Amino acid sequence: MKQFIAFVKKEFYHIIRDKRTLFILLGMPVVQIIIFGFALTNEVKNSQIVILDNAKDAASAQLITELGSSRYFDIKQNVYSYKDIEAAFRAGHIRMAVVFPPHLDEDLKHFNKAQIQLVADASDPNVATTLTTYAGAIIQDFNKRYNQGRQLPYTIQTEVRMLYNPQGKGAYSFVPGVMAMVLMLVCTMMTAITIVREKETGTMEVMLVSPMKPIRIILAKAVPYLLLSLVNITSILLLSVYVLEVPINGSLALLGFESILFTLTCLALGLLISAATDSQQTAMFISLTGMFLPTIMLSGFMFPIENMPVPMQVVSNAVPAKWYYMIVRDVMIKGAGLGAVWKQTLILTGMLVFLLAMALKKFKIRLA
Amino acid sequence: MDNNKVITAHELTKRFGDFTAVDKITFEVTRGEIFGFLGANGAGKTTAMRMLSGLSLPTSGQATVAGFDVYKQNEQIKKNIGYMSQKFSLYEDLTVKENIRFYAGIYGKSDAFIKEKTGYILDHLHMTSEANKLVGSLPLGWKQKLAFSVAIFHEPQLVFLDEPTGGVDPVTRREFWQMIYEAAETGITVFVTTHYMDEAEYCNRVSIMVDGRIEALDTPGGLKRTFGARSMDEVFLKLARAAKRSE
Repeated sequence: MKQFIAFVKKEFYHIIRDKRTLFILLGMPVVQIIIFGFALTNEVKNSQIVILDNAKDAASAQLITELGSSRYFDIKQNVYSYKDIEAAFRAGHIRMAVVFPPHLDEDLKHFNKAQIQLVADASDPNVATTLTTYAGAIIQDFNKRYNQGRQLPYTIQTEVRMLYNPQGKGAYSFVPGVMAMVLMLVCTMMTAITIVREKETGTMEVMLVSPMKPIRIILAKAVPYLLLSLVNITSILLLSVYVLEVPINGSLALLGFESILFTLTCLALGLLISAATDSQQTAMFISLTGMFLPTIMLSGFMFPIENMPVPMQVVSNAVPAKWYYMIVRDVMIKGAGLGAVWKQTLILTGMLVFLLAMALKKFKIRLA
Repeated sequence: MDNNKVITAHELTKRFGDFTAVDKITFEVTRGEIFGFLGANGAGKTTAMRMLSGLSLPTSGQATVAGFDVYKQNEQIKKNIGYMSQKFSLYEDLTVKENIRFYAGIYGKSDAFIKEKTGYILDHLHMTSEANKLVGSLPLGWKQKLAFSVAIFHEPQLVFLDEPTGGVDPVTRREFWQMIYEAAETGITVFVTTHYMDEAEYCNRVSIMVDGRIEALDTPGGLKRTFGARSMDEVFLKLARAAKRSE
């Protein structure tokens, strides 16, 4: 035990002495959460719009109030002709224009239908789609209320409900993704590098000649990074709850347990890489291209796995981050319990056992 | 078993597939001896040393180190030996004191022992004022001497030095050998590999490996007489020229 503590202490010295790396390790999750949460969001807030109200009746007045009071739109001005709309787009002030037909109220009442035109600046197609969807939803809402108590409904209703993420908030899917990514980076890459570094400098040889058992060397290497990861998990969760306002709907204990499980899987992966390589560059290269990229591409957090070709879907099953991402999304956002994620948990556990066994075997072979 | 023999090897062999790295070497090393282990690159020195230090299992033959069997008791062997590799093996991002504490710690030494001995060593190396400096900032000669002190910190019966003076200036090399003599006087057996033939002269006995076999083993004086040579350099060249394999 004394040996073990001496070793862990030494590992902490390494980490603390390398201030730049430490800063990156602890700062990275914060920066990523902020980047992904705010900058990379596909949610559109406070978009400037103009309204061309040709109707000027009760129905249009009501709709304008509703559009303006939503947090997605700011009504910049009322315009009086299509020419004005064009000018406003050209000047770059606005992203969308809403055009009400003349006699909106009457059209609705007498002809049972009316058309409202939404003109969006499609030079940014994503934003345009999002904005028209928002506006469409608000208009549908209005429709529904207007229809109440009428014998003859006048429009076909399309109901769009966004489960679990009613505002379509981007942060909901980014937070679990960033957690998977950061843990992968800290645990896999850093453990791999730190062990290979000792091989390079020759200190590993000295260690192996000492009475310290190989399994203890490996564990002592893993402990500091496990702790570092716990700090990172905590900071990510705090940021997402208090800054991004993403709630933790499920049990915090379960989330913590699953995170530790995933962390251990990543550590085992790092150990395996370090046992199989001899230089820090190789270790870093394998960790980055072999682990980090698949984590981003194939975990489902950036690109939906359902849309991928079947072979890619099969490959994605081998990515531990995919399962962790599913677990965190279910537990954190949907508030699911262990009953709902036991399958993924079991798969992760299996991966951990497999990777650890492989790493230990590789490590031992080198001693013979 | 003779308690005075720190190493006994009998027809010790290591094969990697078809390649016989170490071919039936037989020798003994006596307590307190400085034993030079010479050979050209690829002669099998490192493999032999790895077998004796418990890093690698022999293919056949017998050997004991510090009275323990290399096949079954390598845990006990590890407790009783020290090792200094040819690569510089201290942590550059740790201070002098932290390095000492760490290596003493993995050998399970008590705090009181570590504290007392650290003070003694730093005093002896005239490095007391450098105790809290990072090892990376020290000159190479100092690091090397510190590494040796660390390798014998836990007072092993035997210390393996794998080309300990590579890249060190002649003055420091002399000082380094002074330390080796001091260690041998306290009863620590020294098993040293080197490429410097002047260093071979400092050893009590020298063995020369060629192509995995020990071709000669005697005192430096005895070897020179046998081969009719004036220096160890000549002895080594005469033997090494006969080598068939090289790296």
